[in-house]
Amino acid sequence: MQLITCPHCGPRAQAEFEFDRAVESVLALDATEAEAVARLYRRENPKGWSWELWRHSAGCGVFLKLHRHTVTHEIAEVSLLDAAP
Amino acid sequence: MTGSRTHQGGIIDRNKTISFTFDGKRYQGHPGDTLASALLAQGVVLFGRSFKYHRPRGVMSAGVEEPNALVGVGTGGRYEPNTRATDLFIYEGLVAESQNRWPSLSFDLGAVIGLFGRFVPAGFYYKAFLGKPGLWKFYEYFIRRAAGLGQPPVEPDPDSYEHRAAFCDVLVVGAGPAGLAAALSASALGERVMLVEQDLVLGGGLIRDADSMEGLPAQAWITKALATLTERGVRILNRTTAIGYWDHDLLTLAQKLVEPGQAPEDGQAAQRLWRVRAKKVVLATGALERPLPFAGNDKPGVMLAQAVRTYVNRFGLTPGAKAVIATCTDDAYKTAFALADAGCEIVAILDSRSESPSEIVKAAVARFKVRFDTQILEAAGGPGGLTGITAEAGGQKLQLSCDLVAASGGFSPVAHLHMQAGGTLSWDEANGAFAPKTSRQNQVTVGAASGVDEANTSASGLTPPKAVDTKHSFVDFQNDVTLADIDLAWQEGYRSVEHVKRYTTLGMATDQGKTSNIVGLARLAALEGRPVPHVGLTTFRPPYTPTTLGLLAGHATGKHLAVIRRPPLFDLHTEQNPLWLPSGYWMRPRAYPRNAETLHAAALREARTVRQGVGWVDVSTLGKFEVAGPDAAAFLERVCATTVAKLAVGRGRYSFMLREDGIVMDDGTVWRIGPERYLLTSSTGGADRMSHHLAYVRQVLAPEMRVAIANVQEHWTGIAVAGPKAKTLLAQLAPDLDIPRHMSVARSQIAGVPVLILAASYSGERAFEIYAAGKDIVPVWQAIATQGTDHGGCAYGLEALEILRIEKGHVVVGGEIDGRTTPHDLGLDRMLNPKATYVGAPALQRPDLQSSAGRLRMVGLESETPIPEGSMLVSSIPGTPQGHVTGAGQRILEDGYVALAFLRDGSERLGEHLVAWSPSRGAKAPVSVVDPVFYDHEGARYRD
Repeated sequence: MQLITCPHCGPRAQAEFEFDRAVESVLALDATEAEAVARLYRRENPKGWSWELWRHSAGCGVFLKLHRHTVTHEIAEVSLLDAAP
Repeated sequence: MTGSRTHQGGIIDRNKTISFTFDGKRYQGHPGDTLASALLAQGVVLFGRSFKYHRPRGVMSAGVEEPNALVGVGTGGRYEPNTRATDLFIYEGLVAESQNRWPSLSFDLGAVIGLFGRFVPAGFYYKAFLGKPGLWKFYEYFIRRAAGLGQPPVEPDPDSYEHRAAFCDVLVVGAGPAGLAAALSASALGERVMLVEQDLVLGGGLIRDADSMEGLPAQAWITKALATLTERGVRILNRTTAIGYWDHDLLTLAQKLVEPGQAPEDGQAAQRLWRVRAKKVVLATGALERPLPFAGNDKPGVMLAQAVRTYVNRFGLTPGAKAVIATCTDDAYKTAFALADAGCEIVAILDSRSESPSEIVKAAVARFKVRFDTQILEAAGGPGGLTGITAEAGGQKLQLSCDLVAASGGFSPVAHLHMQAGGTLSWDEANGAFAPKTSRQNQVTVGAASGVDEANTSASGLTPPKAVDTKHSFVDFQNDVTLADIDLAWQEGYRSVEHVKRYTTLGMATDQGKTSNIVGLARLAALEGRPVPHVGLTTFRPPYTPTTLGLLAGHATGKHLAVIRRPPLFDLHTEQNPLWLPSGYWMRPRAYPRNAETLHAAALREARTVRQGVGWVDVSTLGKFEVAGPDAAAFLERVCATTVAKLAVGRGRYSFMLREDGIVMDDGTVWRIGPERYLLTSSTGGADRMSHHLAYVRQVLAPEMRVAIANVQEHWTGIAVAGPKAKTLLAQLAPDLDIPRHMSVARSQIAGVPVLILAASYSGERAFEIYAAGKDIVPVWQAIATQGTDHGGCAYGLEALEILRIEKGHVVVGGEIDGRTTPHDLGLDRMLNPKATYVGAPALQRPDLQSSAGRLRMVGLESETPIPEGSMLVSSIPGTPQGHVTGAGQRILEDGYVALAFLRDGSERLGEHLVAWSPSRGAKAPVSVVDPVFYDHEGARYRD
């Protein structure tokens, strides 16, 4: 059970959060078809550091950007979304 | 081997006696005794039969690593199989039995396998039954009877199990000298400390060795340490095993509040699972002694040297009268002195090392017969105990008579938690042991767990004598894996340690190879001529020791497995004694049968009432979201795939939402309830997903929009009133109301309760959804029921709802919207917003999603016989499936059966004749492919 430090709520157990998607696969509403295919189906599946979108669903509900290691589960950074990525 | 109690010594309470039974026979022991020590003290030698060969087995160890002495304990639902007799403290009334023997432990028919020497080698089952599936089916019954451990209990477990969370600055695992010292120094600094110990008593190796510490006798020092720790507020948990080390310094602890099979006091839990988040973790988990590889090393009477010392010093008993010590470590010499002091004859000490200058060896040479460069080849004996051993020294054989062998093959630091935490190990060639090297998490390892004292041990215990009989030299005692099995696996080309493990089952028993893994690895390394670390290690997986499923489940059993949500009208429904159906987390009425009606008859009567008069249904659980703000319409055009912006105030429309990949996610209605206020509904089961999706669009995709979202699913509770008489009924209920036309919003009062009315139809009849705030809905339902009954109406449930919507050709989430269908597949593509501003629009441009060729498209099916739900569509039986039925029903007012289905290229195949076939139900129906709207195609009935 990972410990994620929500910028609003402080350190909370992973059970309060929901993994949403890799930041890379966020698709802008005006994306092209090719971009949609690339982001949805041809994205990286990194063994190592990864930028991920999580949501503190059972807490304040905010979406967060995590820099997380997919093997060691180290979390280097948790930040709020400033603008559309 | 005949064990007996010594006259004094140990930390058992000799003033009190506990009586228990083993295999039906009554025995006595003292508080502080394990089942193993109590039985050993009364001369019991044979504890069980082995997994595969039914070899007689006694006690090997004095701790959780025990692979041999496994018993079933308790009765009825409290029966626990495969419990280690060495990790089970006796209590009054304990009932234990041996396992894997028939008809009895002393006369076991399965042991004939062993008598004939027909050992089943590694991979036997794979080879014997490869390509002969019929043969396996025939033999499986006998093989499963012959091989195995204990039987699981069949009755439900009567006990309860608790889960608890805790936090601390320092968590110390293991209360031996190193763990106690760590807890003392951490608590001296004012840290919040937790100390956990799997044993009943604290002290670890101090109790076994009865050494002195800081000038005090072991027991006195432990007592003093315990007093200091208690005074400093350290939380000390005994009988508590740290079973798992997870991410970010979270550990799970399994605490036994009573012993296995023991009934807790009324209202008390049997076990407790702790989740502890620690700032720092100190692992003081000690080291485990390894057995020596020689023929018959599994026989009753062959024990680990430290375990023998534990029985002497802690439990006040000698497991035998004439002992041979076989060792590659100095540590086993302590056992020789302890045994001799307890009155046991030391026949010889056989040391595989050359003469050593260490003090204890010199002292032993002066007192006992010590032979260096000598290894045991074979132990002789049977179910009754050992008779002697054969050893080898410089090519010379040596026979010794004895009833106990205390063997020490070196030590393996307990690095399980360290490895679960992501640490690394380094190989200590001199001692033949892996020890913790680097840590990933905030954790240190101390004491014997951090490495073996170099001066006192040797790796020579990992190398068996050349002349050894490998077929009878056991490596993994619990799974009956011998040196010969590992050799065979290697000869057959297995190189990866993970493959050898699975092929031979080395280390795969419930002890997870605590005593066997390193011995097996060393054998593999020797065969390959490579150092042990190059062979690799298998993964250390939690739990460290076997854990009951009840502990993991905690309270989440039976009706507590998942939450049940009761809608506000639940009590009113209950009065009508409906059939219930869980829908998402909600309990919803499926039908309201009258006079012993079947579900089907009740649903059909209810549906007919809706078609001919009026019916009302609880729709409280629908997902509902209020979206407000200057950009609310623009926001909804991101979420909904249909147009929203043109909606006039007070009007609503059907809509659906897509996932980012262009597949339909959910559907519902969107209502403009104010100039900048909208109400969006979704399916009951999809409400949580929709809530997340709205937040995603709001926060991630359109953060610039001025819009607020409120999840009002449980705020608005609702009733749908449907049927040709619905309008009349509503006019009576709300006399001042200007009845809203189809897809319009109105506000009024019914039974004095303010209500929001949405004129929407799911059934195909004129209908109104009437919403009120929470429990306020109750009088509204009562008013509708009272006046509606006068019109010949009735309440209807989900089953009638289903028949009605199928006949009308409406899709449902979970039925037609199944995570694979596009708007085109569902025939909804004409409703798509041409501006394509919605989520899913980019991916929906993919040619494969646009073209209908080869895709499953929604169609209707008609038949004169019932169409099996979930059946496949074929041209003839048997045939290649061309589609499937998603919702089957019937014509409500006429004869005939109808269904919604998906058929390849379906929309171009109207008029075809197919068969709906369900081989699993043995049902079929000839069907014709038609348009999916079976009733009121023009939609005349729900408009005024």
